[in-house]
Amino acid sequence: MHHAKPKHEFEPKIIAFVCTWCTYAGADLAGTSRMQYPANVRLVKFPCTGRIDPVFILKAFQQGADGVLVSGCHPGDCHYMAGNFHARRRFAAFRKLLEFIGVDLQRLQFSWVSAAEAGKWVEVVTELTERVRAMGPMREFKDLALEEQWSGSLTTPELQEAYEAI
Amino acid sequence: MSRVGVFVCHCGENIARTVDVERVARAAEQLPGVAFATDYKYMCSDPGQGLLKRAIAEQRLSHVVVAACSPRMHERTFRKAVEQAGLNPFLCEMANIREHCSWVHEDREEATTKAIEIVGMLVERVKKNRVLPTITVPVTKKALVIGGGIAGIQAALDIADAGHQVVLVEREPSIGGHMAQLSETFPTLDCSQCIMTPKMVDVANHPNITLHTYSEIEQVDGYIGNFQVTIRKKARSVDEQKCTGCGVCLTKCPQNKIPNSFDCNLGTRSAIYVPFPQAVPNIPVIDREHCTRFKTGKCGVCQKVCGPGAVDFEQQDRLLVEPVGAIVVATGFNLYSIDEKPKGSEIKGYGEFGHGRIPDVIDGMTFERLASASGPTGGKILRPSDGKEPRQVVFIQCVGSRAREKGISYCSKVCCMYTAKHTMLFKHKVHDGQAYVFFMDARTPGKSYDEFWRRSIEEEEAVYIRGMVSRLYQKGDKVVVMGSDIAVGVQVEIEADLVVLATAIMPRQGADSLAQKLGISYDKYHFYSEAHAKLKPVECATAGIYLAGACQGPKDIPDTVSQASAAAAKVMTLFAKEQLEREPVVARVSEKNCVGCFSCRKVCPYGAVEEKEIWDRNGKLIKTVAYVNPGVCAGCGTCQATCPSKSVELDGYTDEQIVAMIEAL
Ligand SMILES: Cc1cc2nc3c(=O)[nH]c(=O)nc-3n(C[C@H](O)[C@H](O)[C@H](O)COP(=O)(O)OP(=O)(O)OC[C@H]3O[C@@H](n4cnc5c(N)ncnc54)[C@H](O)[C@@H]3O)c2cc1C
Repeated sequence: MHHAKPKHEFEPKIIAFVCTWCTYAGADLAGTSRMQYPANVRLVKFPCTGRIDPVFILKAFQQGADGVLVSGCHPGDCHYMAGNFHARRRFAAFRKLLEFIGVDLQRLQFSWVSAAEAGKWVEVVTELTERVRAMGPMREFKDLALEEQWSGSLTTPELQEAYEAI
Repeated sequence: MSRVGVFVCHCGENIARTVDVERVARAAEQLPGVAFATDYKYMCSDPGQGLLKRAIAEQRLSHVVVAACSPRMHERTFRKAVEQAGLNPFLCEMANIREHCSWVHEDREEATTKAIEIVGMLVERVKKNRVLPTITVPVTKKALVIGGGIAGIQAALDIADAGHQVVLVEREPSIGGHMAQLSETFPTLDCSQCIMTPKMVDVANHPNITLHTYSEIEQVDGYIGNFQVTIRKKARSVDEQKCTGCGVCLTKCPQNKIPNSFDCNLGTRSAIYVPFPQAVPNIPVIDREHCTRFKTGKCGVCQKVCGPGAVDFEQQDRLLVEPVGAIVVATGFNLYSIDEKPKGSEIKGYGEFGHGRIPDVIDGMTFERLASASGPTGGKILRPSDGKEPRQVVFIQCVGSRAREKGISYCSKVCCMYTAKHTMLFKHKVHDGQAYVFFMDARTPGKSYDEFWRRSIEEEEAVYIRGMVSRLYQKGDKVVVMGSDIAVGVQVEIEADLVVLATAIMPRQGADSLAQKLGISYDKYHFYSEAHAKLKPVECATAGIYLAGACQGPKDIPDTVSQASAAAAKVMTLFAKEQLEREPVVARVSEKNCVGCFSCRKVCPYGAVEEKEIWDRNGKLIKTVAYVNPGVCAGCGTCQATCPSKSVELDGYTDEQIVAMIEAL
C-alpha cells in the first residue's frame, strides 16, 4: 500500500521550456528509470534553448504559470553548437528586466540538464515546485494578460492598414 | 475548421496503470476542434496504426494527436502512418503521457489530470501546425575518413570495396596509428605488423581510396550528403609524385640523432624521415624543426643525393576542397602522459610515480616498442637507463583510469588485457624473469579473454597483487615500488629493474577543436558522443557523421574493427539513396518584414543566412534582406528568437504553435 501523499493547499503550475536534445531527453530518461517527481510541470519542447524567446516566459506568467523553468544542454554540449550560449546571454539580460517589472526571480529558473541527467531533472523540478509552492500563487501578471497583443501578427485590418501605410 | 483526432494509448499497462486513459479520451473529445477521440491498447501496433488510418479517412480528420510515449520513441512511426492515410506527416503531434507522466507519478488522479492537460496543449499546438514539404537533397557518394589507424583503415576499405570513393586523411606522415606500434596482440598473440601492414598496403593500392597523409582537416561546411571539406596538406618538403621511396636521403642526413616518437623516443631518426620502415606511403617528410637546412640555411644533402629530384625545400602547405556526402571520424586515442600534469587540464599528474623522471619507469606503449621485433631493440627487453635486461618487472594498472580523485573516472578497458600480454611477452623473452602486477581487479570480458589472463598467471607465473602503489623511487639502479596488498593486508616493497605503467586511454589532444569544426558533441573527457548509447552507437547526433574506434571511448582492436565496419555500413546505407529526405524544420524569412539588420546572421552557428537583394520593376534596389539557405539551416531557431522585427520563423516551431501551447495552460 502506498502512503497517502500529503495534500497541499496550493499546487503551483509550472511550465518548462526545454530543448529536445538534452533536457527533454533527460526527462524521458527519468521516466524510463521510473523516478518520481511532483506532477506540476508541463513541458514545451524546442529544438534548442536558442529558439526560446523571452516573450514566452512573460506569456507563461500571464497565462497563469506560477513558475517557469528553462533548461537545455550544458554549455559546450549544444546540439547546434552555440544555441545555448545565445540563450544564456539573452536570459541574463532578460532576468534584469523581469526583476525591474517586479517579478520575483525565485519563480524563474534556468538550468542545464543533459540527456543523461535524469536525476538532475528530478531534482530541479522538485526543488522549483517546492519553492514556488511555498511562495504561493503568482498574481502580478494575470490581469495584464488580456491586453497583450502577440508581437508580429497583424490581426486586425486597422493594424494591417497602418502597417501598409508605413 | 480543424477536425483533430486524439488517440490515447494504454501502452499495455505502462500508461493505463496510472492514467485513466478513457477519461483522457473523453476529456479530449470536449476540446474545441476535436472531432474524434478514442483509446487503444497499443497504438504503435499494426492494428493500432490501422485504427488511426481508418479514423483519418472515416472521420475526415485534419490533424492528429497521439497521446502515448515520447516522440523520440515513436513520432516517426505515427507520422508515417498519418502520411499513409493521406495527411501531411507534420500535421501529427505526440503527447508524451508515458515518460513524462505515467512513469513518473503514482497518484492516479494527479497523473490523469496531467495527461489531460498535456493532451490539451498538444491539441492546441497541432491546430496551428502547417503542411510542411519534405525537403530532399542530393547525396555526394564520396566519403571522408579522418584518421588512419585501424579504425579508419577498416572503414575506408569497406566503403571503397562497396564501390564508393573514399578520401582518407591522416595527420601523421604514415597511416597505421597505434596498432602499427604494437608488438603482439591479445588474445591470440599474433604479430601486429603482420596483420596490420597488409591492410595498410591495401589502402595505398585501392583504386577508390585517395590518401592524404601529413594532412589535417581545416574546415567543414555543409550537411549530410553535401559536406565541403577543406584539407590542409602540410608541406612534406618531398614531392610525393617524384619520390620512389629508395631511402637514400634517410641514410645520408647528418641530423640523425632525433628521438623517434614512433618508438616512444627509445630510438633515433634523421631530420628527413619515415616514421617506421613499413610506413604507408613510404615517402619521407622533412621535420623542419630539426632540419639544419631550415634552421640555418646550410646543408641540403638530401636534395643532392636524391636521384629523382624529389626533395623540395620550397614546398608550401596546400589547401584542397573535397565534396563528400558522409564523414567517418576515427582519430583514436592518446595515452595519459606520465611526464607531468597535462597543461590546462583538470587531470592531475602522478608525482608519486616520478613524473617520468625515472628512466626505468615507462608506459605500456614503450613496452610494446621494446617487445616489438621491428622496434629499437630488435625485440629484446632492455631497459632504457643502461640497456640491461631486467629480471624483476613491476606492472601497475589503472594509472589514471578509475581514479576519480585524479580526474578520470572511467575504465580504459584494454589495460588489464595488455598487461597480461606484457607479462607473457616478458616471460617468453626473459625466461628467469619475474613479473608482478598491481591491480584493482581484472576486467576481462571478451571472447577468450579471461582464459588469456588466467594463462598469464597459471602458465607464465605472473604474480598479481591486489592493491595500489603509493610511491616509486630510484635506489641505486633499482626502482623501489612501495604498495599494499589489500588481499593479505600487508605493505609490499619490490626492488624492480623496470616498472611499466598502464596509463589511461584518453582522447586525442585537440579532439575538441576537430569536433567543433565538424559540429559533433563530446563528453567531458573529449571522447566523441554517439547519438544513442545503445541503439545508435556509431552515429553522431549530427547527421551524416559517424564514429569508429577509440575516439569514441577506450576500445581494443576487435571492438574497433567492428565499429569501423558498422560505420562503413551506415555510410553505404546513406549512399544507397540518390536523394535524401530531411526534416523540414528550417527557418524562413518574411521578406516583407525583414529590415536587413542581419542580427540573425551573427547568431547562426551554420552560416545559413545569406543576403538577398529585392529589386523593383525598374531595376532599382529596394532593400537587402536575409535569406536562410534551407540546405544549410539545421533548425535550431536561434535566429527567430533573436530577430528584432520578428521576421524569421522556424517551421514546426512557430510563435503561433508555441503560444498556443502556453495558452492552453
Ligand atoms: C599499450 C597498448 C597495447 C595494446 N595492445 C592491444 C592488443 O594487444 N590487442 C588489442 O586488441 N588492442 C590493443 N590495444 C588497443 C589498440 O591500440 C586500439 O584498439 C587501437 O589502436 C584503436 O585504433 P584507432 O584507429 O581507433 O586509433 P589509433 O590507433 O589511435 O589511430 C588513430 C589515427 O588517427 C590519426 N589522427 C588523430 N587525430 C587526427 C586528426 N585530427 N586528423 C587526422 N588524423 C588524425 C592518428 O595519427 C592515428 O593514425 C593496445 C593499446 C595500448 C595503449
